[in-house]
Amino acid sequence: MSDPGWVLHDGDFKLIEAELTKLADLANAKLTFLVDKDGHLIASAGDSRSIDTTSLASLTAGNIAASGGIAKLMGEKEFTFLFHEGERDHIHLSTIAQRVILVVIFDQRSSLGLVRLRVRKSGEALTKIFSAILSNSEKDRQEQETRSPFAAITEADIDRLFG
Amino acid sequence: MPCPHTFMSFINYSGKEINCKIVYYGPGLCGKTTNLSYIYKRTSPESKGKLISLATETERTLFFDFLPLSLGAINGFKIRFHLYTVPGQVFYDASRKLILRGADGVVFVSDSQEARMEANMESIENLMKNLTEHNIDFDTIPLVMQYNKRDLPNVTPTSELNSVLNPRKAPYFEGVASTGKGVFDALKEIAKLVILDLKKRT
Repeated sequence: MSDPGWVLHDGDFKLIEAELTKLADLANAKLTFLVDKDGHLIASAGDSRSIDTTSLASLTAGNIAASGGIAKLMGEKEFTFLFHEGERDHIHLSTIAQRVILVVIFDQRSSLGLVRLRVRKSGEALTKIFSAILSNSEKDRQEQETRSPFAAITEADIDRLFG
Repeated sequence: MPCPHTFMSFINYSGKEINCKIVYYGPGLCGKTTNLSYIYKRTSPESKGKLISLATETERTLFFDFLPLSLGAINGFKIRFHLYTVPGQVFYDASRKLILRGADGVVFVSDSQEARMEANMESIENLMKNLTEHNIDFDTIPLVMQYNKRDLPNVTPTSELNSVLNPRKAPYFEGVASTGKGVFDALKEIAKLVILDLKKRT
């Protein structure tokens, strides 16, 4: 079954941001962020000024997708986490609720063990949040309660996007 | 049987953003990367992110190219398009399938040269197969055809390209991606189709 699209409301966004901030603090991480498996950045916490988070989101999604492909070839369901070690900075990637990717960037002020421990705890909290979001998105779709921002859009509006 | 396609885009009401994924598909060396490079060159710095190319040393796409575009707002929502290309070479099928995941729309770039007709046919069949594997219906996903390399000798007439590659009669454009001909026409059309599709589905 293909993943349906989904909608993120303000309250959910704040919950996610709070969890990412908590994770960044407790894991001594430089940056934490969440990416949709399709490569869209959802939220981030920490110092993201020096990093192109849009590109990073796309590449981490590609990375997880490629690793998932390798896992399948090996007869594994998935690899639960990925870790890339650099000279200064390291990156830890894990999948949450089978739908989103939790990314933690850290340096020598933290350790892989601490990051894994904190990711596991935050993963549980984020799984709960995302399960609720995905089920609410489904409800939104079924009840059509979410008013589309495109409801009154015209082709002229779209043409204006391109100047 | 694939279900009618569900929209994949991500709507963030908090950040007032809508992210859509558009995939450029087609056979090897048809000009998918050239399309993105041209769009990158001709888009103002404030509207674009970095163009990322995961390519071999001989500049053949290995995994994907990626270009984020932020074109403006509709009803207060920022519209972002994430443009991806797939690797066209036949043996990269596993990668192509991964990149197609979550696509909101597809631009199928074909190589108009007569000698590449078979490669075009193989690629469109591969697109249908990979969409089906993602439970996306080829007949309903927003699709635009770009018949590229029209400046070269020995090109197949567009009527024949349409009859062989475009049975669902998607909008089509003639293109010369290296000079930009047809590049923004295809992009604007797919953007329009994706947004209208979102309107229908949300």
